[in-house]
Amino acid sequence: MEITTRDLLTVLHGMGFGALFMLAFSGALAELYRISAPGAPSSMSTREQGLLAFYLAAMVILAWLTVFSGAYLIYPWYRAVPPAGLTDLSDYPRRLLLSSGKTSEWHNVGMEWKEHVAWVAPIAMTMVAYVAMKYRRSIAQHRNMRVAVLTFAVAAFLATGVAGTFGAFLNKYAPVRGGAVITLMQGK
Amino acid sequence: MSAIRAGQDPEGIPNGPGAAAILGAGIGCGALGCLAFAGDASPAVGKLLNFYNPVGTLSGVTTVTIIVWLASWFALGRLWGNKNIAMGAVNIVAFASLAIGLLLTFPPFMDLLQGK
Repeated sequence: MEITTRDLLTVLHGMGFGALFMLAFSGALAELYRISAPGAPSSMSTREQGLLAFYLAAMVILAWLTVFSGAYLIYPWYRAVPPAGLTDLSDYPRRLLLSSGKTSEWHNVGMEWKEHVAWVAPIAMTMVAYVAMKYRRSIAQHRNMRVAVLTFAVAAFLATGVAGTFGAFLNKYAPVRGGAVITLMQGK
Repeated sequence: MSAIRAGQDPEGIPNGPGAAAILGAGIGCGALGCLAFAGDASPAVGKLLNFYNPVGTLSGVTTVTIIVWLASWFALGRLWGNKNIAMGAVNIVAFASLAIGLLLTFPPFMDLLQGK
């Protein structure tokens, strides 16, 4: 069982950071709605406040790790330019996709959309975490602030969904390959 | 956007810091869309935004976006830190900027605006 360093870092970006961030949304949205909805309990215990702060801070860290690892570790390998005359483009995902009309839109629409829209998520979630931690339960007294926090949280979720979905498809049609080989297990 | 000093919330925190964070995030998302579109539509702008060659235009788009977002959040926070703000107007501008950001990062919409 072998894996290359590029494969490993791509998995870390997509599954380690991105998917974990995506999974955390259900809990965050439910909790943000619970603390901010009219009729919710008028106070939060110190433990509840600490847990929410930790949860949202972890989401913010995951969101930034996802976009920075994607842009500055994986993307340069994805968009690398092959030497002139090379016919096997399997190590050059962008050029591989663009080499055929059957796959070019995975880059022109999928990657072009993903690489930009993904950055909405960390910006939005940083704001959501800041407002939720600063106002805590009293956010229920600010209807418009509550609406903004939930709207930006949903926008972050949708942006992450777009980036994650296209990331999975792009990695299927033109995976980032190469780098040093790491042997995880030896077969018999 | 009128600021009113009276009427702090029950726990004594004015809504200004929250409003600054919300509008700052909106402006950041709007900047992301505008820069992505500008980099795509103009080769000269795209070249200008190429801060780090292995990443290309994306490096400048995202770096400038983060600077615009943090600078606007900081400036609005300084301006509104102790005030209560008309949040309805803040939300309208923030949501419009968010919508611009989401639309201008969608390649078919970029192409439509460029007549491609």
